[in-house]
Order: sequence, then structure tokens, then C-alpha cells
Amino acid sequence: MNKRMLQKTGTFLLLKSIRMATLLIAICFISFLLIKNSPIDPIRAYIGADMLKVGPEQREKIAAYWGLDEPLMVQFFNWGSSLLAGDLGTSMIFRRPVSEIIQERFMNSLILMITAWVISGVLGFVLGVVAAMKKGTWIDRIIKWYCFTLASTPTFWMGLLTLIVFAVWLGWFPVGLGVPAGVLAQDVTLAERIHHLILPALTLSILGVANVALHTRQKLIDVLASDYVLFARAKGEKGFPLFWKHGLRNVALPAITLQFAAFSELFGGAVLAEQVFSYPGLGQATVEAGLRGDVPLLLGLVIFSTLFVFVGNLLADIVTYLVDPRTREGKSL
Amino acid sequence: MPILEVEDLSISFKQYTSKWQQETLTVISGLDVVLEEGEILAVVGASGSGKSLLAHAILGILPGNAIQSGTIKYKGETLTSARQEELRGSEISLIPQSVNYLDPLMRVGKQVRASAKSGDPVTLQRDVFEQLHLQEGVENLYPFQLSGGMARRTLLSTAMVSGAKVIIADEPTPGLDPVVIKEALKNFRAFADQGCAVMLITHDIESALTIADKIAVFYAGTTMEIAPVENFKGKGEALRHPYSKALWNALPQNGFTPIPGSQPQSNALPPGCLFAPRCPIATPACGEARPEMRELRDGKVRCIHED
Repeated sequence: MNKRMLQKTGTFLLLKSIRMATLLIAICFISFLLIKNSPIDPIRAYIGADMLKVGPEQREKIAAYWGLDEPLMVQFFNWGSSLLAGDLGTSMIFRRPVSEIIQERFMNSLILMITAWVISGVLGFVLGVVAAMKKGTWIDRIIKWYCFTLASTPTFWMGLLTLIVFAVWLGWFPVGLGVPAGVLAQDVTLAERIHHLILPALTLSILGVANVALHTRQKLIDVLASDYVLFARAKGEKGFPLFWKHGLRNVALPAITLQFAAFSELFGGAVLAEQVFSYPGLGQATVEAGLRGDVPLLLGLVIFSTLFVFVGNLLADIVTYLVDPRTREGKSL
Repeated sequence: MPILEVEDLSISFKQYTSKWQQETLTVISGLDVVLEEGEILAVVGASGSGKSLLAHAILGILPGNAIQSGTIKYKGETLTSARQEELRGSEISLIPQSVNYLDPLMRVGKQVRASAKSGDPVTLQRDVFEQLHLQEGVENLYPFQLSGGMARRTLLSTAMVSGAKVIIADEPTPGLDPVVIKEALKNFRAFADQGCAVMLITHDIESALTIADKIAVFYAGTTMEIAPVENFKGKGEALRHPYSKALWNALPQNGFTPIPGSQPQSNALPPGCLFAPRCPIATPACGEARPEMRELRDGKVRCIHED
């Protein structure tokens, strides 16, 4: 039994690794092609405002130095091989290694995303459960209305709204940035960082709620109408213990899976929220890199976000695999 | 002594036919059934005749949009929904139809133990599993790992550990091989012989006849006849209702004779006797009013003709 478990886990991990490798290769190739065919001129992007001072000969020299005159596939393999060696290149706008920037920005974003992820998950689950238990009542209607409204609200608009209300009108929170302006990095306190984090995290959390809440609500309604809940009632079980024993596990599973699988939406939301709040995270770096033609940084971010979303889906798979006996124990006996 | 009495039970559902129009569907009407201690009563009838709803009504677990009238008495005491809530699982126990009635994410041993109301649940569950020839490892399985027969026996054991006085078994036999059916039925018999009562809801008349004491024949949501099991023999001469006779003679070993037509839908019930449109001996009087249930030759019948 144990040996079989181990074997199954091994196969699972092997298949996942193959999938990740092929996905990464495909993503790298496609994004490389897209960038190559985009109107971004890497030389112009590198030199910036001094472009007028650079003659055609100098341009050609730079192109030759960077290998831009070589065939497309050769360029791709050059880039790919240095990528495999762990070199993501140097960001043109920050003039620092891409890996360093991603690391630093990711730490900022991580706090933001984890906060939003946990709050939206817990809040969404609770709201969904309450709505399903009180199905058809005014509480259910309010929660549903709230969720539908949120689900159709763009992130940036929500961000602007919270900015107007909490930062401008009420003045409770700073208008933007990750730390107070004009303070030395080593003088920034944790409280100040948290103070700057609250509004973007709030924006992201509020929006993430709708998805989990609506799915949980529907799933719990199905579970409550299921034969096994009817039978549990026939056996004399009722009220909260009934929900705890038979409802919770059956409902929590899809909610957890959904929440992990929503990493892509979380990342997408963070891009917009960070832009609105000028919060120095990965999302903002992505927008910057795109707008200012910073090809190495953009490609690095694409690869990183692919990995991030893939890990989210992988975690969803693993959690389902471990929690659900139907996948965990497979057919036995 | 009657342990469970159902008198004039009707169940209907409100249904929207369009956005504003509501229609009342009467699924069970004027149903009478009595269950005695130490007795097995088989409720037989075609699919859609309201058999399962009867079980759910007795336990008080009908869906919220159901409207119920009539009385249900347990040991002479009229049941209120609060009383039903106390009794279900402890005094009255349901054996449901399929494995879908088990929680898919909980080990079956644990689910069976939850039904035990007195004594040590683990010992009780293991004893019952042994009695039903369920292997030791089965208690650690999840419902999806059970075979059809194992699932049935697991469901049966939930009722057996509960120590209930009344067991309502909803279609316990389909999909089982004859050996297991015999085994399951033997368990019901043993159960009744201990002084409990079993209501066996089934469309498997043959199996029902082998162990039941009385048969209640169901048609379009009501009982047409309640007859002692001995009446089901020969060409059905001893039976009281034309439908019971037709049902008996439609069995393969009894001539395989079909009768035309089909059971009326619950939104298009005939005004008089529910069987009148298909009845070979129907007269205009049959179409005027629903016949009352009346005593006849040691049984009951809902027909104006027989005597």
C-alpha cells in the first residue's frame, strides 16, 4: 500500500514536471516571438533620449555586439541557453540584473497577494456558506447582489474608488507608494509599510471574494439537497453539527481548489491594483517594463508569472489529491 | 398492536408552471397504512406511485415545498414535526436506496457508528458488520470503494446499529444478486421476529412475497388494497382490487398478461377512482367519487364493486 502510494506520487510529480517544462518552453518561445515582432526597438529602448547622438554605424555596432544581426532562432537559443544558466539579463530601465529586481518586487507583491488571498478566501467562503444556509432570504439576496456587483467591477475602478474614499476624503491612508516619500529606506518602520499596504490589499480582497463566495454558495446548496444530507437528517442529525460533519468537507474542497487555481487572477489583479496605488510590486514592474520597452525585464516577468500561476495550479492539484479520498486512495480492494 | 398508523395522508407540491401561475401537484392522496409490531409490511407499486415519499413523510424529511395533510401515529401518539425529529434515527430508521446516501468523504465505519444511539458504537458496528459478512477492512473504506452489495449491507447496518423499533427500507433489493437478496430479507425477518416492525418499500413483488406478512398495493399515490400475503396465489382470485389482480397476473410466471394504459400523472388524476380509466369492471359510478377504504375479508380495499 505504502509502496504503491510512493510510486503514484512519483508518477504524479514526473508528469507535472514534464508539463511544466513543456509549458515554459512554449511560453518562452511565444513571448520571444511576440517581443521580436513588436514595434519595440531594443537599441532605441536602451539608449533612450540620446538616440539622436547615435549614428547608423554605431547602431549597427551595438546590434552586432548584442547579436541582434543574427537569425531569429540563433537569437532565441542564445537567450535560452543563458536563461538555463540562470542569467535573466539586465534590466534596461533599472540597470540591474532582472533576477534581483524580480526578487525584490516579488517580496513586496507577495505580502500584498497573500493578505488579499487569505482575506478573500476566508471571507468568500463564509459569505458563500451563509448565503447557501439562508438561501432565498434577504441575507442571501444581499450577498448575491454584492457578489455579482463585485464580479463585474474592474480592479482599477475599485482601486480608484477606495483611493477617493479612504485616502482623499477620509485621509486615513496614504494615496500611494509602498513607503512614505522622503524617508530613508532604513528609517521606514513596519507600521508604515502596513499602513501603505492596507488600501491595495483591501481592493484586491474585496474583488476576490465574489468568485469563492458564489461557487461555495452553489456547492453548498447542492450538498444540502444531496441524498447523503437527507439520509443524515433521517438519522436524526440536524443544524450545525450536520453542516460540520457532512457539509464543510464537501464544500471546502472545491473552495480550496478554486482559491489556489485563482493565482492567475490574483496576479492579474495585483498588476492593476499596484499601478493605481503606485505600489512597487511585480505588477507595477510589469507595466513599466511593457510601456518602456524593457525586453529582458518583461521576458523575465513573463517567465516568473508563468511559474507563479503554475505553482498555484499545482498546489490546487496536490491539495485536492491529498484531501479527497477518491483521488488519494484510488481503486483499492 | 399497531406501532405505526398512517391515516388519510396526502402530499402535494406547489409548482410554477409559468412565471406567475402556480399549480398544485397531488402526489399522494388519501393514503392509509398500518404497521403492526413483529410484522413486515411490503408496499408494492410501480415507479412514480409515491412510495419513497411515504417513507420521507413518516420521517418528516419531505422537501420544504411539500404540503402534507392527514395524520401519522407512532405507538398511538400523533406525530408532530418536533416529535418526528426526536424519533428519527432512534425509534424509526430509514434504509435508503443507494450508495449516494452515504457521505462520499467519510469512511463508512464512521458513518455507521454515527447511527448508534446507545452502547459502544465501535463494538456495535463491528458486530453488525460481522453479522452481515462484511470484512474487517470494509469499515475503513470510502463509499466509492464499495461494491453494490457491500453498499446495501452498509446501509442496512446503519439501521441495525440504531436499535430502532421501526425500519423503513426503501427499495433494498435492486441490483443485488439472489444470494445477497435472500440474506438481506432474512435480516428483515429476524428483525421483525424480535418484535420490531419493517416497512419494505419495493417494486420487487416476488421478493416481497417471500418474507412479508401483508402487502399494500400502491397505485398513483394511494393504497388500493392491503392484503395478507396468502392472498397472492393462483390467478389472484382471493385479491380484492382489480389493480392488484392485474399486477399479479402481469408477472411473468402468472401469465404475463398486460393491461392497457398507464398510471395517471399526478397533474392529471381522474376525478373518481384512480384506476377507473384502466379498470375492466369500471361502471359510470366509479368515475364520480373516490372510493373509501373499507374492510373486506381480513384486508382492506378501495373499490365499490368487490364484496
